Amino acid sequence: MRLNRRQVLILGAGATAVAAAGVPTMSIAADDPTAQQVIDKFTGGAAATSGRVDLGTPEIAENGNTVPIQVSVESPMTTDDHVAEVLIVADGNPRPDVAVFKFTELSGEAAASTRIRLAKTQNVIAVAKMSDGSFFMAKNAVKVTIGGCGG
Amino acid sequence: MAKSKPRVKVPKTAKAGEIITIKTLISHKMETGLRKDKKSGELIPRKIINHFKAEFNGTTVFETVMEPAVSSNPYIQFKMKVPESGEVVFTWTDDDGSKYTTKKKIKVG
Repeated sequence: MRLNRRQVLILGAGATAVAAAGVPTMSIAADDPTAQQVIDKFTGGAAATSGRVDLGTPEIAENGNTVPIQVSVESPMTTDDHVAEVLIVADGNPRPDVAVFKFTELSGEAAASTRIRLAKTQNVIAVAKMSDGSFFMAKNAVKVTIGGCGG
Repeated sequence: MAKSKPRVKVPKTAKAGEIITIKTLISHKMETGLRKDKKSGELIPRKIINHFKAEFNGTTVFETVMEPAVSSNPYIQFKMKVPESGEVVFTWTDDDGSKYTTKKKIKVG
């Protein structure tokens, strides 16, 4: 069977339609929430004001596998007024949630540091939950030279 | 990795009410569950330490919930206010349920 020009065009259109239908199945798995969803879950929808949180990140991280981060929150750390939890989020990672630090009045000072993985150049966000239910946040951009996703 | 070895650095002595810095490190691969085996192409299952807790004389001082984005050999540094002499107990919990613990004494004087 020989195809004329019209038949070839119809076949081509059909192939495009199949390809388009195939795209949604290739998108990212639905159970990976976005950074905003992770923050909303942590705050319960409440807005976080900037300030009081001091987030220390390197400007440029050469190795995304171990990026040192340091977070501290201004607070008297008494029974009535202390920092309850601090959430760390990396908005460009395949899974944006990184860690949650939980402080108590025995902490004395709401400060902690650790090392995290960053897949690419992105923002690192720290959200602090105070004992009175208010939220504060800080956001830093980190440039990553080699991503830490293991290839 | 066969065994995860925790290492902690705590001052031996402190003044009452002093805020001390505690550094902890534990050897662990922290497999994210997103990495693929180079030969077979299959995903390597997730295996991380998902929880860390420090207790002083039975009271919780500091806790961390960790996700796969925490680097291998997780290092955690935090502060503690020392009210009296006592013992700090550090516990790391693995995804498979196993716990690694270590203890350090602090003397107030």
